[in-house]
Amino acid sequence: MTTDRPTVPELVQAVREFLEAEVQPSLDGSVAFHTRVAVNVLKIVERELADGPALAAAEKSRLVELLGQDGDLDTLAEELIEAIRAGRMDVETPGLKEHLRATVMAKLAIDNPRYKSYQRALQD
Amino acid sequence: MMISNEALAAGLLQAVARHLGATVGSKPQVAELARLTAGAANETWSFDVIGTPGSGDQRRIGCILRRSPGIGDEGKSDTNLGKAGEAEVQRAARAAGVAAAEVLFILTPEDDLGDGYVMARLEGETLPRRILRDAEYADLRTHLARDCGHTLAQLHSVDPARLPTLMTMGAAEQIERYGEIYRAFGQPVPVFDLALRWLVDHRQEPERLTLVHGDFRNGNLMVGPEGIRAVMDWELAHLGDPMEDLGWLCVTSWRFGEIDHPVGGFGRREDLFAGYKAAGGGAVNPDAVRYWEVFGTLKWGIMCMIMTHSHLSGATRSVEKAAIGRRVSETELDLLNLLT
Repeated sequence: MTTDRPTVPELVQAVREFLEAEVQPSLDGSVAFHTRVAVNVLKIVERELADGPALAAAEKSRLVELLGQDGDLDTLAEELIEAIRAGRMDVETPGLKEHLRATVMAKLAIDNPRYKSYQRALQD
Repeated sequence: MMISNEALAAGLLQAVARHLGATVGSKPQVAELARLTAGAANETWSFDVIGTPGSGDQRRIGCILRRSPGIGDEGKSDTNLGKAGEAEVQRAARAAGVAAAEVLFILTPEDDLGDGYVMARLEGETLPRRILRDAEYADLRTHLARDCGHTLAQLHSVDPARLPTLMTMGAAEQIERYGEIYRAFGQPVPVFDLALRWLVDHRQEPERLTLVHGDFRNGNLMVGPEGIRAVMDWELAHLGDPMEDLGWLCVTSWRFGEIDHPVGGFGRREDLFAGYKAAGGGAVNPDAVRYWEVFGTLKWGIMCMIMTHSHLSGATRSVEKAAIGRRVSETELDLLNLLT
């Protein structure tokens, strides 16, 4: 399939801008609140469409190195969970906290880059 | 059980006459009935009772009804306290000097209004962002952490003999419970597994078992410029380690962006601990509070998962519940900052 215009990110952006510019100002009460939530959801979608693939690839290559094995991202993530649950890895394991921190920072870049702890961590 | 405003007003009128009797005279009225909040576990309504006691002038009593709309287990909180139990805890805490609204009466089966209770309506601010940012509360913010310590010391001194039957939930029971819930979702969050492991490895026996509020945080405190007017939302009350309440109050999520003020976004831990000690709560072990802060951060993250899965399962479809699942990563970062 060729890339038609508008692209998916462009479509999502159009809906988000419509909600922000034209719908939100005319509402109040709980519908206004839920519309604000909906706008935030679309911002998450926009960020994930733009940056998700690169961040997932980086997470995968970190996991390959940490676990010493290859596989798809979900399988590797399950492996990591198993290692922690079985006690083969813990907070002292070299590289584990660094990997988790990098992964969480990538998630927050998509989920909520305004979160104060995230902004603080970026400065450090 | 859904109920119309008219049916509720009529039912309340009967309940008021039945429970408040002489204080409102023989012909009380119910006015200004309005729903304040609606949730799966709780509905909150505001109304006025206008009555004329036998020996006096007409009086108006501002009331709040807290009611569980669900039937059976659906409406009960996870401590199985029920609304009657919640009211009894609130009453006992108030009797011990804790700032809390006066419980006027508890609904009985003959009221036919479900599970709930009526309390006196108080005026004050409950919105965290206003408490943290409005100029009106600038002075309050200088002593609110200490006031919280004072209130918690009183709360933890309530004689268990004066309380309804409460579940005992220490760290072990709660780690088990939330760990099971998390694992059942089948959604891997390695930081949660790391935190669960840390909590098991670092668990200490509590110094004592007391009444624990269970949700004592910025957002459940009604304040005025002078101090705390009421501690609200007693439905998660249980017996446990009193340090749980201090740790929960410090969870980063309840600082509402003011992350450099660990106590609720408004104060310092030293002031919280000093207020607690001065009011007879005893010396605080900061490590125990920190332990419960780790637990509380994990608990809030798992609660976000619970809410998002209630949307995903179709139980309660809502864009808000869908969105809250993406707040899990906030608790992951806060956990990594805490785990050493």
